[in-house]
Amino acid sequence: MAYRILEKEEIAPSVHRMVIDAPDVAKAAKAGQFIILRIDERGERVPLTIADFERETGIVTVIFQEMGKTTKQLAKLSTGDSLEDFVGPLGTPADIRKLGTVILVGGGVGVAPIYPQAKAYTNAGNRVISIIGARNEDLLILEDEMEKASSELYIATDDGSKGHHGFVTDIMKRILDSGEKVARVVIIGPPIMMKVGAGVASPYDVEILVSLNSIMVDGTGMCGGCRVTVGGETKFTCVDGPEFDARKVDFVQLMNRLAMYRGEETEAVEKYEEKCRCGLH
Amino acid sequence: MCGLQEEKTEKAKKERTPMPEQPADERRKNFNEVTLGYTKEDALAEASRCLACKDPKCVEGCPVNVDIPGFIKLVCEEDFEGAIEKIKTTNTLPAICGRVCPQETQCEALCVLGKKGQPVAIGRLERFCADYEREKGVKAPEAMPPTGKKVAVVGSGPASLTAAADLAKLGHKVTIFESLHKAGGVLSYGIPEFRLPKEIVRQEVEYIEKLGVEVKPNYVIGRIKTLDELCDDFDAVFLGTGAGLPNFMGIPGENFSGVYSANEFLTRVNLMKAYDPEYDTRVRCGKQVVVVGGGNVAMDAARSALRLGAEEVSIVYRRGEDEMPARREEVEHAKEEGIIFRFLTNPVRILGDEKFNVTGVECIKMELGEPDKSGRRSPVPVEGSEFLVPADVVVIAIGTSPNPIIFKGSEGLEQNRRGTVVADEETGATSKCGVFAGGDVVTGAATVISAMGAGKKAAKAIDEFLKEK
Repeated sequence: MAYRILEKEEIAPSVHRMVIDAPDVAKAAKAGQFIILRIDERGERVPLTIADFERETGIVTVIFQEMGKTTKQLAKLSTGDSLEDFVGPLGTPADIRKLGTVILVGGGVGVAPIYPQAKAYTNAGNRVISIIGARNEDLLILEDEMEKASSELYIATDDGSKGHHGFVTDIMKRILDSGEKVARVVIIGPPIMMKVGAGVASPYDVEILVSLNSIMVDGTGMCGGCRVTVGGETKFTCVDGPEFDARKVDFVQLMNRLAMYRGEETEAVEKYEEKCRCGLH
Repeated sequence: MCGLQEEKTEKAKKERTPMPEQPADERRKNFNEVTLGYTKEDALAEASRCLACKDPKCVEGCPVNVDIPGFIKLVCEEDFEGAIEKIKTTNTLPAICGRVCPQETQCEALCVLGKKGQPVAIGRLERFCADYEREKGVKAPEAMPPTGKKVAVVGSGPASLTAAADLAKLGHKVTIFESLHKAGGVLSYGIPEFRLPKEIVRQEVEYIEKLGVEVKPNYVIGRIKTLDELCDDFDAVFLGTGAGLPNFMGIPGENFSGVYSANEFLTRVNLMKAYDPEYDTRVRCGKQVVVVGGGNVAMDAARSALRLGAEEVSIVYRRGEDEMPARREEVEHAKEEGIIFRFLTNPVRILGDEKFNVTGVECIKMELGEPDKSGRRSPVPVEGSEFLVPADVVVIAIGTSPNPIIFKGSEGLEQNRRGTVVADEETGATSKCGVFAGGDVVTGAATVISAMGAGKKAAKAIDEFLKEK
């Protein structure tokens, strides 16, 4: 069984958007869920959040940044190529209902999973204030899409090349300080950004959710590799999450667990790039 | 039964024919199969020990009631094809059962020869027949004419494969839904290559496909479709989803990096082939590995860790050696390979460094108290006996529970408190009409063969249900 790549585009340096023909996944997908893919027989199983889906046409969009060996290899594939495996939707869908005003914060490729949430919160009748950010303007993704899906859109870049010069969390704090009644904040991005964001929002009377991207194998609750401590209890990101109450997440443990295979990852990338240079790939 | 009466008695006294195997110091460095299988001569010698009892007790000990004296007689006659055919009338997966069944507590436990000496090596003979057939090429079995009925089988482990095969032979259209990318369930992700080569699992799945069964991988019931939706699309459903949710101990430090569930450790090694540098998935190999638990899964994890290059692997088990649930052969093999056993020992906490990497396991000595509900004497901690076992990898192999994903959208399906599905022991019928269940999802973690037995009974009951429908 193979899953065809219908579209592929580099939307920012080293950030790619891929549209996959996966009708079973598309039919059941909901905002906040993820998929696991495997490029070929020797590949690893990699979880990626669903960035978009269309039930009628049976397509699912994922957005990924080249980081490790697998994402680098994935980036080399083109339209018409196929993936060996593409399973989903996995994870508990985001709890989206009418709450009033919701702030959605996305950092880096974390904007990709924020996008379907923006659409869903808007469709559920919420006022959606989105804040998206990146290191610089070039790395900013889905600006037009987010503009359309949100009531208000703010942009922050670390170097000030676009929007607010600083962090997405600065803007979030400003809105929370303005006295506007906000029911929920959803923050998705690198773990350190979610940790900082959760810390900034914590003093306010607002629900704070984060979506975690732990290391996992099966994505169905079988391996427990994705376990994370939430409110003193062990939870599995793949089935109990990926969304959790940010105030309760043990981010330090999360970040350490994410670093578990860093040495192996670096080695795999070096080996892969060496092979590529030799023209073996 | 191959010779005269006196000869038979004389032979019966003899010990069973030894199983050729890789030497321990060699095999502990590779993932190749440990046992090499009987030669034709071995098989004939061993088969000749069978007394062909009129009232064979061994058959009663087999959860799928293989005609054991029947197939052994055919082995004696060198009719190996006939022998495998006989086995296959009741056992769909003989190459697997011959390797992983706990024969010493089933068929072989009841063999008359076992009373005074060693029982006939029934499992080894079964494996010989199955391997003989595989080498010759498996014949596509005949199926009955199509009934037009559709059955969904959820999961593709031993219970599901057996149920699917039996239902397909009866002419029903069977679709297997598997959540992973490869079929086989625990046979693929759990049991290591050195005990059950994956090529054998592949061929058994291929055999099921030859029967007309469609296998849909990457299909998670409970996520893509609910059980309720499956019930709408199919005439009956068999749930063989096993016990895939790993149990943890709930002790401090269990989430340090380097602490694995046995499920994760074995899945990385077996399904994802982390031992092969050509594959992308990695596993932390560890120099000092501690495995917690005393079942087959603990043995598999310990022996895998050794093969990945660990210098010292120890098994920590809270009861004594006699209480260990693992198959005897696995324990012996593990000992031969140099696995250290720490009996009557229980972990109390896991220690780690500032980077959250595991550094050791604090354990406490146990002593056996009064027998518990399972009849085994329950272990009690010895106060003040704590000690440290250094470790850079810890594998928790203390059992699994059914995965709750399947129960999302399954109205009216009764479960008990342990999370298992309530099903009739004889038919596998659940509280939900048209849904049958069998294997670990009903019993909690048990054996391959008991799951197959349940799959077999359920297939029969489903067939009857479909006839009445």
